[in-house]
Amino acid sequence: MSYPILTWIVFAPLAGGLFILFVPKKSVNLIKAIATAATAIALTFSILLLLKFNYSNPAMQFVEKASWIPSINIWYHLGVDGISVGLIFLTTLLSFLACIGSFGIKTRQKEYYFLYLLLSTGMLGTFTALDLFLFYVLWEIVLVPMYFLIAIWGGPRREYAAIKFFIYTLAGSVFMLLGILALYFSSMPHTFNILELTKYSGAWTLGFQIIVFIAFYLGFAVKVPVFPFHTWLPDAHVEAPTPISVLLAGVLLKMGGYGFFRISFPILSDAAHYFALPFAFLGTINIVYGALVAMAQTDFKKMVAYSSVSHMGFVMLGLASLTVTGFNGALLEMINHGVITGGMFFLVGVLYDRAHTRDLNHFGGLGVKMPVYGGLLSVFALASLGLPGLSGFISEFLSLLGAYPVFKLITTISVLGLVITAGYFLYMLQRILLGPANEKWAGITDINKRELCTLIPLMILIIIVGVYPMSALKYQMTAISALIQKIGGFAF
Amino acid sequence: MVKFAHLIPIFPFAAFVINIFFGRRLKKASALIAIAACTASLALSLWTFLGLLKGQGSYPLFDWLIFEDFTLHVGVTIDSLTCAMLLVVTSIGTLIQIYSIGYMSQDPRFSRFFAYLSLFMASMLGLLLADNFLILYMFWEGVGLCSYLLISFWFEKITAAKAGMKAFITTRIGDTGFLIGIFLLFVASRDLSFAGLSHINGNTGLYTAAALLIFCGAIGKSAQFPLHVWLPDAMEGPTPVSALIHAATMVAAGVYLVARCFGLFLTHQPALICVAYVGAITTVLAASIATVNNDIKRILAYSTISQLGFMMLGLGVGGYSAGTFHLMTHAFFKALLFLCAGSVIHSVHIQDIQKMGGIFNKMKVTGTTFIIAGLAISGVPPFSGFWSKDEILTEIFHSGHPALFVAAALTSLLTAFYMFRLIFLVLFGKPRSELHLHESPKTMTIPLIILAVFAIFAGFPGSPLMNNVFQSFIHLEAGHAAQESSPDYFIMGLSTLIALSGIALAYCLYIKQKKILPQAIRSRFAPLYQLLSNKYYFDELYDFLFIKPCGRIAKTLAGFDLGVIDGAVNKTAEIVVILSKIKAWIDTTIVDGAVNLTAKTVGLFSKELRKIQTGSVQAYLLFAFFGLVLMMLFKLIVK
Repeated sequence: MSYPILTWIVFAPLAGGLFILFVPKKSVNLIKAIATAATAIALTFSILLLLKFNYSNPAMQFVEKASWIPSINIWYHLGVDGISVGLIFLTTLLSFLACIGSFGIKTRQKEYYFLYLLLSTGMLGTFTALDLFLFYVLWEIVLVPMYFLIAIWGGPRREYAAIKFFIYTLAGSVFMLLGILALYFSSMPHTFNILELTKYSGAWTLGFQIIVFIAFYLGFAVKVPVFPFHTWLPDAHVEAPTPISVLLAGVLLKMGGYGFFRISFPILSDAAHYFALPFAFLGTINIVYGALVAMAQTDFKKMVAYSSVSHMGFVMLGLASLTVTGFNGALLEMINHGVITGGMFFLVGVLYDRAHTRDLNHFGGLGVKMPVYGGLLSVFALASLGLPGLSGFISEFLSLLGAYPVFKLITTISVLGLVITAGYFLYMLQRILLGPANEKWAGITDINKRELCTLIPLMILIIIVGVYPMSALKYQMTAISALIQKIGGFAF
Repeated sequence: MVKFAHLIPIFPFAAFVINIFFGRRLKKASALIAIAACTASLALSLWTFLGLLKGQGSYPLFDWLIFEDFTLHVGVTIDSLTCAMLLVVTSIGTLIQIYSIGYMSQDPRFSRFFAYLSLFMASMLGLLLADNFLILYMFWEGVGLCSYLLISFWFEKITAAKAGMKAFITTRIGDTGFLIGIFLLFVASRDLSFAGLSHINGNTGLYTAAALLIFCGAIGKSAQFPLHVWLPDAMEGPTPVSALIHAATMVAAGVYLVARCFGLFLTHQPALICVAYVGAITTVLAASIATVNNDIKRILAYSTISQLGFMMLGLGVGGYSAGTFHLMTHAFFKALLFLCAGSVIHSVHIQDIQKMGGIFNKMKVTGTTFIIAGLAISGVPPFSGFWSKDEILTEIFHSGHPALFVAAALTSLLTAFYMFRLIFLVLFGKPRSELHLHESPKTMTIPLIILAVFAIFAGFPGSPLMNNVFQSFIHLEAGHAAQESSPDYFIMGLSTLIALSGIALAYCLYIKQKKILPQAIRSRFAPLYQLLSNKYYFDELYDFLFIKPCGRIAKTLAGFDLGVIDGAVNKTAEIVVILSKIKAWIDTTIVDGAVNLTAKTVGLFSKELRKIQTGSVQAYLLFAFFGLVLMMLFKLIVK
């Protein structure tokens, strides 16, 4: 390897952000161009990464390692394997598209794009860091720009939502920090190296593992979010500007799931076995509870936010199964959900920009006025409700298929959740697109080219993965098989 | 051996892509594209059929999912069942699309309609060609989607929008069962292919459960009791859609599914019996509702439900070839019935049969083909329905379930009755409202005529007149020899008699003694009439049992989420704020107070002590003298 590709991917956005600081506030177009270019560079490199990535190798690839704080054995240590490669691609893609989606932001662009790019670097860093300290730093870095992006450019209750988001996640990550320290001090020699730590799991007692697992769980579960730690999500989503909602749903939630995949399960595998049943149980609660609460919403954005809660349940369920199929489903569900729900939030934004309301009961008959928008909304809604042939189906199917032999009743209840999901998505479509045309929206215009640009790539991905799932699964399979073997899960 | 069968669904799919993207520019040409694609599929299906006769069979295509110890191969099933269905679907599909040119000519979303129809054709053909459960399930949901899109095609009508949703969700309830059935099957055998069904053994309970769960999918799709409620509402869609999707092809997919895994059902008898009884309940239930309904399309919808139940009943008693035979013949005559109804609606623009009448005189072609279809479904020889119905009746009769036979016979009677009630009320007598009648255009009548020919002759291949060639073609390969069915003249006579008496009854009530008799009967059996005309109150029951509670639970949980869970979060935050306020108070008053107190005390002392510092030397000497005196006194006392 001739150049540090991961560093490029992670720091290209930040470099762009620093560059923006030196650009005068007035040159809005230049700022936009720099931001778009920075995210485009990250995206290009991540595509390159996908091309170069050897998916038959379960080990870490493109590893970069440099000493950072030698006295306490902290390293700048990046690497990518089948578990993170898809998430990195997802993050760069959504960062790029949401950057284009941000052109609608009209105030304080300089600060906006700087924070936006900082956020992007934080997220990418989280998915590549292999040193727990570095991981923690990047994890926390994400919070800061997110706080400001919601609090400054958000909706009417933005301050409440931003503070809630910040403190909630911070409270969670404090426990995670304790967990990290516990791991550090019980390894000999003390290390923050995630790969090293996975080798210790046999040496630690179950009691120790359980305590540390819970500490990490509190950090990750808030992010996922797992019931009952999910209430920051609807508020943050509703108040956040559209592109930030896209990243919040598309990427931020995945950080929690990724934490389980990268840290909790491989390092604390005995505890993972111990907590499998509660995990499955919580997954089902997420699925069914999230779907039912989504059904009762009248705010379009809030409905999509609760649908995220529901979909993340499939990740939990797949993880709980400790099977190859379930893990594959869970990981793929994270990526698919990022693409689908990211697109959903774009679509919510498109409608909100025109109508300045998100109340589902105020719409109706827009299918006539906005046929292209209607088509896209239908495709994303159908993907979200798990229609076969679109990507959401295959990951939910694999999660359920993997979980079924292990938790028969719980999986069966989760499958029933699919009916509710179909119900509220179709109900949403009916309230927005169908029915007699509402006179109020006689002048509404269909989706424009820029908005189409943000949605079409996502739709293509949805269809490709839906029709030929191996196109996505091939990247993760080997790594997941190795992971399951490591954890001592079931090989089906 | 040329392998081209997998191309059959490709043509309609290409038509869908073209029409969805360029439809608005193509305008009427979109119909031609769709029809051309469908005709190409028909030609390929014929070719495949000829290939099958020459001995060509199923073949693999590619691997769709590759896990370490499990690979899902995707291939194409080519056997007699698939081929027969392919021919039926493509031929009816082509005819109905031709018909739609005329029927939909005024519609602003003309090209969209043909795009959806093409997508439907592609999914349906894919469903028939699938060689494993997962791929079948995918296309299964695909046809469900098209059904949803086409039911709510005229989405400005809120009833149409709701009907589409109802159809999708109701069938999805069945599909969740189907999905769990697939899971069970996978857990038990690690094999999802249909070919694998023939060599399963052991674990009877598990496989029986799997079969029953798979049947749940069929219950939803084929609108069987208790999930039949969506099909009558689905009539909100354009009539060609009702004919193609909700009569001839998609709803028959459930029957096809049972036939496709018939090996599984046959080796697990409890599941098969269950199929028979669900079919029997459905068939009687739906036929009885049809006798009192007044909406021309809904009558046909209940008739479809009833006939599908009849097929299930046939399959359930082990009549594989009888059930599939009826599936074929029914597809033709039921499509014809719907298209005739569509032709009538196209002309009169109402659907209430009580307001029609005397249409035959003005619409000769529609009227004649309508009667042919009516005779076929009623089971009058030698029309196609007679032969297939007779096969099923014979199977039931020999199966040793008298209750099922009674149900089937009763259904036959009811079918002939409601069908001719419909025909007499619509076509004959005097018009009961002002109707502007005109015969439909050629694009509509020609498909009617062709389908009428099928309605007459499609039964012959399965009749003793042609040595039951259909049955020996369609027989189940795996170890089941073609049933040697010598014609059972008793059953034939009986079924003819039943059909004719049903027609005669309708004639008496609606031609000879119209008005008086039906109303007399209605008032005599008022509660029964109420029950039937309210469709056994299923919609109300489901609304009460499931829909309302679900909405209530959703609302309650949303309130719970906002009040309790989010409330707890906010309360926690509030408590923290209060705690910090207390702390702030402690900090300002006690901690800081102590500090200030110390400072104040010191200040107070120094203030007082300062008074000593007078600057006068005499005073200081005085102090020093007193000090000395005190020290000396102290010394003296201590000693």
